[in-house]
Amino acid sequence: MDKNLLNYTIRLGDNCLVLGQRMSMWCSNGPTLEEDIALANISLDLFGQATAFYSFAEEIDNKNTADDIAFKRDANKFSNYLIVELENTNFGFTIVRNFFFDCFQFLFYERLKKSDCKNLSDIAYKSIKEVKYHLRHSTNWLIRLGDGTDQSNRKVQNALNEIWKYTDELFELDDLDQLMISNGVGVDSSEFKSEWKNLVDKALVEAKLKIPQNTKMISGGKQGKHTNSFTELISEMQHIPRKYPDAKW
Amino acid sequence: MLEENSEVWEVFIQSKNGLAHKHVGNLHASDKKMALENARDLYTRRNEGSCIWVVKSTDIVSSESEDSEAFFDPSNDKMYRHPTFYKMPDGAKHI
Repeated sequence: MDKNLLNYTIRLGDNCLVLGQRMSMWCSNGPTLEEDIALANISLDLFGQATAFYSFAEEIDNKNTADDIAFKRDANKFSNYLIVELENTNFGFTIVRNFFFDCFQFLFYERLKKSDCKNLSDIAYKSIKEVKYHLRHSTNWLIRLGDGTDQSNRKVQNALNEIWKYTDELFELDDLDQLMISNGVGVDSSEFKSEWKNLVDKALVEAKLKIPQNTKMISGGKQGKHTNSFTELISEMQHIPRKYPDAKW
Repeated sequence: MLEENSEVWEVFIQSKNGLAHKHVGNLHASDKKMALENARDLYTRRNEGSCIWVVKSTDIVSSESEDSEAFFDPSNDKMYRHPTFYKMPDGAKHI
């Protein structure tokens, strides 16, 4: 069993599962009926991507199933980026967070398509179509809110000021990343940081929003050091499978 | 949040290339882009479409029910207008 490939695959799945779980919390709380369904659709897309990664992990591992990986791991075993676990806070906040991550995920999957690992490449080919739509959705809303009323501009600018410190983590590489990059399987996110920044800047200009200066960056997700609300997110998600281990429905 | 500046849009979906767009329902949106995206999210989740049209409901001109006699009854007894006396050629679909 390739332990590194297993951990790398789970890590990619974790980002999708955790953001999917956050998005699912909008279900029945959306600002309009239409947007409620749009956010739930995005959530389901992300769960689909997580399932694809975890199912491949299940194949590699030959012991833990995809469900075990999602529902039987403790919070500190999750290796997602902090940005995806941030609380939804308000609609504008959710849009800014998703926009940053969608830009990243789009560029990431573009490269994962070329991975030497056929399974990961296949997942990237399938998922990038969904991510293109997510990016379109978040970009349009970002511009609409940023270039909207004084109030909507202020709300998304505040959100941006708060979220910006979590963006550097997307481009940090740890030992596992380096190893997977060197064997042609993983993606070097540091290589597309400026491309990401250009993509972000272009939308921010249109949205009349500014990137805050002198921000102290925060990271730690890959090492399992998560934000305060993360344990609650995981325990809510795992509540049923943990309480009724072999429940079928 | 959006109630005061949103409008109702009618949604038409083309299920396959070459077929007519069919009315499927309506939605709220405050601009064209949002209308199209909402239509995608609300009405094409089960692989229904290949093309979407959205039209502001206020841009649709409808006949009134009190006009229905004058509009539609005269065609009741003109069976010869129906092409039922012809054999459908093989291979002709979607007519």
